[in-house]
Amino acid sequence: MADVNRGNRPLSPHLSIYRPQMTSASSIMVRITGIATLGAALLVVWWLLAAATSEPYFAVVDGLLRSWFGDLVMLGATWAIFYHMLGRLRHVIWDFGYCLEVEVAEKLGMGMFVGATVLTVLAALIV
Amino acid sequence: MVEFALPKNSRITTGKTWPKPEGATNVRKFQIYRWNPDDGKNPSVDTYFLDMDKCGPMVLDALIKIKNEIDPTLTFRRSCREGICGSCAMNIDGINTLACIYGLDEIKGDVKIYPLPHMPVVKDLIPDLTHFYAQHASIMPWLETKTNRPAKEWKQSIEDRKKLDGLYECVMCASCSTSCPSYWWNGDRYLGPAALLHAYRWIIDSRDEATGERLDNLEDPFKLYRCHTIMNCAKTCPKGLNPAKAISHIKKMMIDRAV
Repeated sequence: MADVNRGNRPLSPHLSIYRPQMTSASSIMVRITGIATLGAALLVVWWLLAAATSEPYFAVVDGLLRSWFGDLVMLGATWAIFYHMLGRLRHVIWDFGYCLEVEVAEKLGMGMFVGATVLTVLAALIV
Repeated sequence: MVEFALPKNSRITTGKTWPKPEGATNVRKFQIYRWNPDDGKNPSVDTYFLDMDKCGPMVLDALIKIKNEIDPTLTFRRSCREGICGSCAMNIDGINTLACIYGLDEIKGDVKIYPLPHMPVVKDLIPDLTHFYAQHASIMPWLETKTNRPAKEWKQSIEDRKKLDGLYECVMCASCSTSCPSYWWNGDRYLGPAALLHAYRWIIDSRDEATGERLDNLEDPFKLYRCHTIMNCAKTCPKGLNPAKAISHIKKMMIDRAV
């Protein structure tokens, strides 16, 4: 790297001053929902492990995951997995070289938020 | 590396509030990032007030008015005042753009001006672009040929020339690269949208004969593949170019030549 910090130069502010963009917000949400989905998957694995361990242990974990709080977490996880899926779909479209104009990408970003919400509501109604 | 907080020496303090112009009715507030390399203090944000009835329409007009009439120590780069030199790139109202072609009427409320984000500051609104320029040089921004030099000139069809539209207009102002979160966290090794747009400009040039070498040079987890198509670059480009698209085309060429 070129010598860019002679004389203890400060770093100019970045995240704290950059106005949030639909482009960057929809992108970082793909990563956040990816991590959240992994967390939710671990909860399900925990539930299965508990079932394989003992009846009283399963009762505790099952009670926790089926409580109103557990439902809320799982509803959030459902939204996350739908959003993440739509986000990766957008990446597939981009990788073929389509929809790379700013206006289109922004509309797709908005579509991901709306689409994930609609799919989550549908999933909640069906389940 | 991802570091959300600013280093200790970079945290911003409240600076000086300069007096309001006397007898003005149409006053606007400007908040501008200041850092003086000579006083050993942290950066600060100074507040200025301008009489808008006596100020030009662009952000650069306001900066020049402040420098001329209120505070001659305010430091910024500028030259052409018509969006062709790329000198006055800075963060205005939360986005990166050129002060000379960004209208004050496009901003709601107070005008907030910072240097280009996540760059070492030389003074006030001037970032150090040494590394940015070195990255541009690394992509060989010139015509590379192997065949004998033609008697008159390297010819190009009208169709092939058209492929350079949307690429050659870049003025290297660094707005795009410094709007890119990937470039913020990995700017030491990721080339960033500007350098990659220029790389594509030469890759796609029908007269260039080093396409393979150019792609080899970019085949790297950091140089090219830190682009996650966030698209802040295309969103902010003051010339309306789309570096994200150019980078996507490079990635596609990488796959095409591998399969």
